[in-house]
Amino acid sequence: MNDQAFTIDDHPVPFRRGESIMEAALLAGIYIPHLCFHPLLEPHGSCRLCTVEVNGKPLPACTTPAAAGLEVTNDTEALNQQRRTLLQLLFAEGNHCCPSCEKSGHCELQAMGYWLKMLDSPFPYLFPRRALDASHPAVLLDRDRCIFCERCVRASRELDGKEVFALAGRGLNTRLIVNSPSGRLGDSDLEASDHAARICPTGALLVRGEGFRTPIGKRPFDGKSLSETCLQRAAALLKEGKESER
Amino acid sequence: MEKAGGSSPEEQVTGILRRHGTDPSLLLPILQEVQKRFHRVPPRLEDAIAAHLSLPRSHVEGVVDFYHFLSHERRGEYDILLSNCIIDRFHGQQAIQQRLARELDTPPGRVRGDGRVSIGETSCTGLCDQGPAALVNGRAVPALDEHRVTQMVSLVESGVPLERWPEAMFRVDDNVCQPGPLLKSGLTPGEALNAALGGGPENLLQQLEQSGLRGRGGAGFPTGMKWRLCREAAGEHYLICNADEGEPGTFKDRELLRLHAHALFEGMTLGAWITGAEKGFLYLRGEYRFLREALERILDERRDCGLLGESICGVNGFRFDITIRMGAGAYICGEESALLESLEGNRPRPRNRPPYPITSGFRGKPTLVNNVETFVAAAFVALYGSSWLTSIGTDASPGSKLISISGDCARPGIYEFPFGTSVEEILEACGADSPMGVQVGGPSGSYITPQEFHRRLAFEDLSTGGSFMVFGRERDLLEIVENFTAFFAHESCGFCTPCRVGTAMQNRLLKRIRNGEETGAEALELLRQLRETMIGASHCGLGKSASNPVFDMLEKEPRVLSARATSRGRVR
Amino acid sequence: MSDRPCVATTSLAGCFGCHMSFLDIDERIVELAEAIHLDRTPLTDIKQLHHCRIGLIEGGVGSEENLQVLQEFRARCEIVVAVGACAINGGIPALRNHFELRDCLREVYLEGMGVDDPQIPDDPELPRPLPRLRPIHELVKVDYSLPGCPPPAEAIWKLLQDLLAGREPVIPSELLRYD
Ligand SMILES: Cc1cc2nc3c(=O)[nH]c(=O)nc-3n(C[C@H](O)[C@H](O)[C@H](O)COP(=O)(O)O)c2cc1C
Ligand code: SF4
Ligand code: SF4
Ligand code: SF4
Ligand code: SF4
Ligand code: FES
Repeated sequence: MNDQAFTIDDHPVPFRRGESIMEAALLAGIYIPHLCFHPLLEPHGSCRLCTVEVNGKPLPACTTPAAAGLEVTNDTEALNQQRRTLLQLLFAEGNHCCPSCEKSGHCELQAMGYWLKMLDSPFPYLFPRRALDASHPAVLLDRDRCIFCERCVRASRELDGKEVFALAGRGLNTRLIVNSPSGRLGDSDLEASDHAARICPTGALLVRGEGFRTPIGKRPFDGKSLSETCLQRAAALLKEGKESER
Repeated sequence: MEKAGGSSPEEQVTGILRRHGTDPSLLLPILQEVQKRFHRVPPRLEDAIAAHLSLPRSHVEGVVDFYHFLSHERRGEYDILLSNCIIDRFHGQQAIQQRLARELDTPPGRVRGDGRVSIGETSCTGLCDQGPAALVNGRAVPALDEHRVTQMVSLVESGVPLERWPEAMFRVDDNVCQPGPLLKSGLTPGEALNAALGGGPENLLQQLEQSGLRGRGGAGFPTGMKWRLCREAAGEHYLICNADEGEPGTFKDRELLRLHAHALFEGMTLGAWITGAEKGFLYLRGEYRFLREALERILDERRDCGLLGESICGVNGFRFDITIRMGAGAYICGEESALLESLEGNRPRPRNRPPYPITSGFRGKPTLVNNVETFVAAAFVALYGSSWLTSIGTDASPGSKLISISGDCARPGIYEFPFGTSVEEILEACGADSPMGVQVGGPSGSYITPQEFHRRLAFEDLSTGGSFMVFGRERDLLEIVENFTAFFAHESCGFCTPCRVGTAMQNRLLKRIRNGEETGAEALELLRQLRETMIGASHCGLGKSASNPVFDMLEKEPRVLSARATSRGRVR
Repeated sequence: MSDRPCVATTSLAGCFGCHMSFLDIDERIVELAEAIHLDRTPLTDIKQLHHCRIGLIEGGVGSEENLQVLQEFRARCEIVVAVGACAINGGIPALRNHFELRDCLREVYLEGMGVDDPQIPDDPELPRPLPRLRPIHELVKVDYSLPGCPPPAEAIWKLLQDLLAGREPVIPSELLRYD
């Protein structure tokens, strides 16, 4: 039952107790940009792309509970400019060479760049040297493209009942590690069918042999905007989730 | 060294693990002991530690990798970390470091070939009043000069164990320069408790509320209200004293922990009485390990005279004890929710709030967290009543504040001023002669130029956790700001995008400007853009305040940047 | 010299793919040739750079020579545009930043597969490689960026049209891509 409502950019949005601003928005067909949020996972709050203003205060939509009467601002030039800056920071932080990336066209990070009309990053590119892990027969871990959203970490724990991934280090030295005696993916209990192997928003985790199944030009974000695709996917998953909770 | 004691590393770790038990929240103390024993946490032992605590191996690895004082790579048998706080820099840290490196034949950041010694840097060690300072295997060595370096070199080369180094090398002066009501007040152990017990909890809460006491850790939350809200929260309670004191230039808790430990523990016990907490922690920053023994002794004394443990002060059912837990080189652990994560044995990243610790803190239970100075002041309010605080200070900020003054002044040290004291008066007191400016509240605070020296120390004007750095006229503001940005980049926990990447970019840009690789206008524009995003989107206070020094410089001394940034710069 | 606006182009550490895409504007090249004066560009092989309205830069900066050319473009062009992934973020050539330059040289000239007569070239005529390949905005001020590898011909056409008409260039979303 929808008991109450709040507003996003002056549109009334109904919500159920316990929903976040993000969930309520997606179910109401309103897109709030997000990368670390995933409808099947516990909210996390690390990418900050979803930052909205809640009664004038900047807060992440994915971790802020919806409440009656809130006034949320989402789609403004100032907030989108801030999102663009966040994205520019992410692109300058890792090594994102889209021309040589299998994920191109499937990638939420890239699609976010298109959605926000990001043309370049004005920041110095850091060109980190991160270890590639090709030890798993079915899944490739290319840390160059990792944005530390911990979707794989959470999916492994929450959906697969495993603990394949974790973060280590701090600050710019944050790195994704694998829970296996050797630290290599091949020695972990990850399977290609795991949610964790398929939930990465970028090309950091790739299931091998599938990358080019969909030809360039026909990929999910080719010619379609991120918001459309995300709204469809997320609303379906969220509804499914709600059904199963009943 | 790994073979020391005849038993294998595995056996030694088993011994350590057995002593600590299987509670996963004890991961950090276990790792600290392992690091001490092996000069690293050997990756192959992580499996045993993880299995013993029923944690994934990657959890252990992730925690080790977070803290500056833990490492997978072996550090030297003598691991020397020099404080790179800007004040220690002023005092010649870099020259001392080069000298050590040369004489010990050990390049900074490396371990010498024979494994004997390693040299590195660490964030402010809280000894800026007697720097430059170093930590040798975690033990503080202040006042490094040529003589002391020579002494250190020969002790290291002849392999004298740290315990047998001359005591004088570790002597930390208290440098209390100007005591006020708080530093001058005394208390016989149990006195404040007995006074409060007589009046009942409601009376103490009212005294605290009437006193207007506000948290001394920086944010200034009204203490009485915090205690009341926490008391009202349902369920088992915990209590924590935040002694992480990590803001560069802050060292006032260091002296409170030495001079007023009884008052501190009494304040904590009062908090336990109010909230019903039976277990308390003193989270002491790793750099202050030299304080630990004396603190443990005082805890024992208090246990012996019935001020801790069962039936405190003879009151049936009043049960409380305090455990000291050490930090391991992470500024973010001063943020209360990161501190909670650290205590629970997790990577210390700040939590999503609400809920706040008063309702959901340690292990999700209501938890009272206060700064050292706050607990000490609370004990004196319990003893002397609210007027003890309200008789001085301002309306919005009653009482006095401990300030640690460092930098270019005649008498660096600990001062206590009533709230409302002006910067001018403070400078007069510490003997600073027409400085270029002062940094109030550390790198995350504000830079104050002479035009603003009339401003006052108070929550409503200049708020500070205690850091007060004086910069003489000969100082280079750009160097100072670059140092501050390096601090934030080093200490960012890395959880959220704006701070993880933003702090690094700030530092990168400042370096480029100093090297003349960046033109003024564009770099400034980027720094502004970064600031807006870091303030608007960061998850916690670290990221939200990390651009303050850059912004202050841009706004208050714009010439410093433009002069440097356009002198060579990029071809336009 | 006519009073038509001058346009110059260059390829630094790039593959000429962006130039090829430029040529994909097909017959509109005639229209363009009437509207502009082409200054230094690999398309005409003119080597001398004069004062220009627009400079299109393909490729990042991987050698001392790249840097020198880039600085010359910045000094002589009113508007500098980074064209393509390489100019904007280093692109494929920046993959070498994963390794030390000396290791790259060793692999390519000494130890790699199929190397005969192993030696690292040191002819003074050859431009010296820089330790790291860098996007051009880190070295000079860049006015506009046109992403893509290469950017679609349509996008290059649109950009030039906008710039020549004195408008802020706008890239339609369907032409915005990073690959
Ligand atoms: C990055 C950061 C670092 C902090 N460091 C400390 C610290 O070292 N000591 C401290 O008492 N409070 C620190 N705080 C504030 C604490 O989060 C918390 O507000 C304080 O311990 C509450 O105690 P109080 O009310 O007695 O001040 C820090 C906050 C942030 C955001
Ligand atoms: S992960 Fe996405 S953004 Fe990164 S290189 Fe691949 S396609 Fe591009
Ligand atoms: S590998 Fe992918 S899902 Fe995992 S943290 Fe990195 S970007 Fe996120
Ligand atoms: S602001 Fe910085 S310290 Fe705070 S959570 Fe984000 S990354 Fe960590
Ligand atoms: S961006 Fe692509 S097409 Fe253009 S030069 Fe670089 S590699 Fe070649
Ligand atoms: S989606 Fe909310 S912070 Fe990432």
